[in-house]
Amino acid sequence: MSEQPLIRARGLVKRFGDFTAVDGIDIDVAPGEAFGFLGPNGAGKSSTMRMIGCVSLPTAGELRILGMDPAREGAAIRGRLGVCPQLDNLDPDLNVRENLTTYARYFGISRPEARRRARELLEFVQLADRAGSKVEPLSGGMKRRLTIARAMVNDPDIVLLDEPTTGLDPQARHLLWERLFQLKRRGTTLVLTTHYMDEAEQLCDRLVVMDGGRIVAQGSPRSLIAAHSTPEVVELRFGDERPAGLAGKLAGIGERVDPLPDRVLVYAADGDAATAEVHRRGLTPSSVLVRRSTLEDVFLHLTGRTLVD
Amino acid sequence: MVTTMIAARVASDRLSPARIGAVMGRNVGALRSGPAYWLVLVSGFFEPLLYLLSIGVGVGALVGDLPVGGRTLPYATFVAPAMLAVSAMSGALSETTYNFFFKMKYMKTFDAILATPVRPFEIALGELGWAMVRGSVYTGAFVIVMIALGLATPLWALAAFPATMLVGLAFGSLGMAISTLMRGWQDFDLLASGQFALFLFSGTFSPVADYPLPVRVLVEATPLYQSVELVRGLAIGDPGWSLLAHAAYLVAMVAAGLLFAARRLERVLCV
Repeated sequence: MSEQPLIRARGLVKRFGDFTAVDGIDIDVAPGEAFGFLGPNGAGKSSTMRMIGCVSLPTAGELRILGMDPAREGAAIRGRLGVCPQLDNLDPDLNVRENLTTYARYFGISRPEARRRARELLEFVQLADRAGSKVEPLSGGMKRRLTIARAMVNDPDIVLLDEPTTGLDPQARHLLWERLFQLKRRGTTLVLTTHYMDEAEQLCDRLVVMDGGRIVAQGSPRSLIAAHSTPEVVELRFGDERPAGLAGKLAGIGERVDPLPDRVLVYAADGDAATAEVHRRGLTPSSVLVRRSTLEDVFLHLTGRTLVD
Repeated sequence: MVTTMIAARVASDRLSPARIGAVMGRNVGALRSGPAYWLVLVSGFFEPLLYLLSIGVGVGALVGDLPVGGRTLPYATFVAPAMLAVSAMSGALSETTYNFFFKMKYMKTFDAILATPVRPFEIALGELGWAMVRGSVYTGAFVIVMIALGLATPLWALAAFPATMLVGLAFGSLGMAISTLMRGWQDFDLLASGQFALFLFSGTFSPVADYPLPVRVLVEATPLYQSVELVRGLAIGDPGWSLLAHAAYLVAMVAAGLLFAARRLERVLCV
């Protein structure tokens, strides 16, 4: 079992009319793995997730989930998946507990068992005290936690999370990450999409970077940074001066210089040494920030664009 | 025919009664959501009753008796079965148009359900089942009112009840099919106008035999006319073979509406 991937895609394509959302991607997700799709809006992440969730059939290519074919065994596969969609579609006509018990019935789970699981899951997502509440007054973070509890109600083999923390405040995000981390520790296979590099670094064992429907890089967050960026990055801001004009004066410092509209990034193994060289050349940046490289830098290097714009 | 078609789908797609029941169960759970839904439910019952009292009984006092199929009926007795059919129609339509559309387009209820093993056809059947339950509460209450007012004998009124269930199924299926084509709320004004036109001219308040021939042919092709004739034939205790033709029309409507709605759900939501 462990050598057989839970999700296997070869040359997976999704087209909507003339538009190609997913343009021939290969994926393997192993049991117990936390696998991420990183990319900007429109990269094809959600379309891929909907194909894995067996609500949308591939236009071309091969897709096997839990060893089954979505075209013929969609219902059986969906019975073993948990889905947390990008936009909350909780049921406002039902209260918090009923959202879980009602959903459990779609999987053919008996009423007593549904109530037992709802109790347990509400504890897990720390919403037990809101069990009788309506959904509408819950905060964004609570709604997302409830959606995750709902995705767990059938005790799934794989949990799909489409941008699980988009739109949440930092505190709510950290609470959610902590819960997802608990899931991961229990051995649940997680597949998530995100356009936040910190989220991908926190949660993913392995990820693919997508852009324009294609996979442009893959690996662990650390290995991607090692392969496509330098250990450190210096961010220079120059007040009124246009960064583009400064690229020439900065040439040769570190391994690479990347002028952005509002700042210049200098990729270097040693950020402090690079900064010293900037000053030695008589340049006077209004602010200097030396930081570790992130997946954002990887993405910028691979596509020439920032992730969140 | 519809049963064989559904049976065929059950066999090929393994439709699950438990999942269809779960879709219905969601709507039962939503009943506890608050007083707003109950208010709508109650108002749906009173509308045909008010028409029965104002036109059937009120105008009926001016009209006097009406010759129908060789018999003479008090006007209210003629109108009452039509209002019974109308109440079955509106009960099913209100659930499968406004509510169905809202769940499909705005609440994303069906998106959430389709992420589970439930299939589009099971959603359509579950929603239709629920519309039937709601419609039957209306028609059941209406049948009791008819008996209490002496507008039908208890036995024939009871015989008309299953016919109202078929009317509910037919309009429920049609309502779902229409909802999957709706672009937005403005389309509901068109639907309401259509429903009102059916309500006025389907042999509800006057026998269609009085209409000019082309109008009569047009009216006889509409679903509410077929429903009124079926329900009236039973309620006034005048059953004939023609009732089977009306029933067959409605059964065909159920099958066509259901299959169309399920296919559209799949096309709209499973992309």
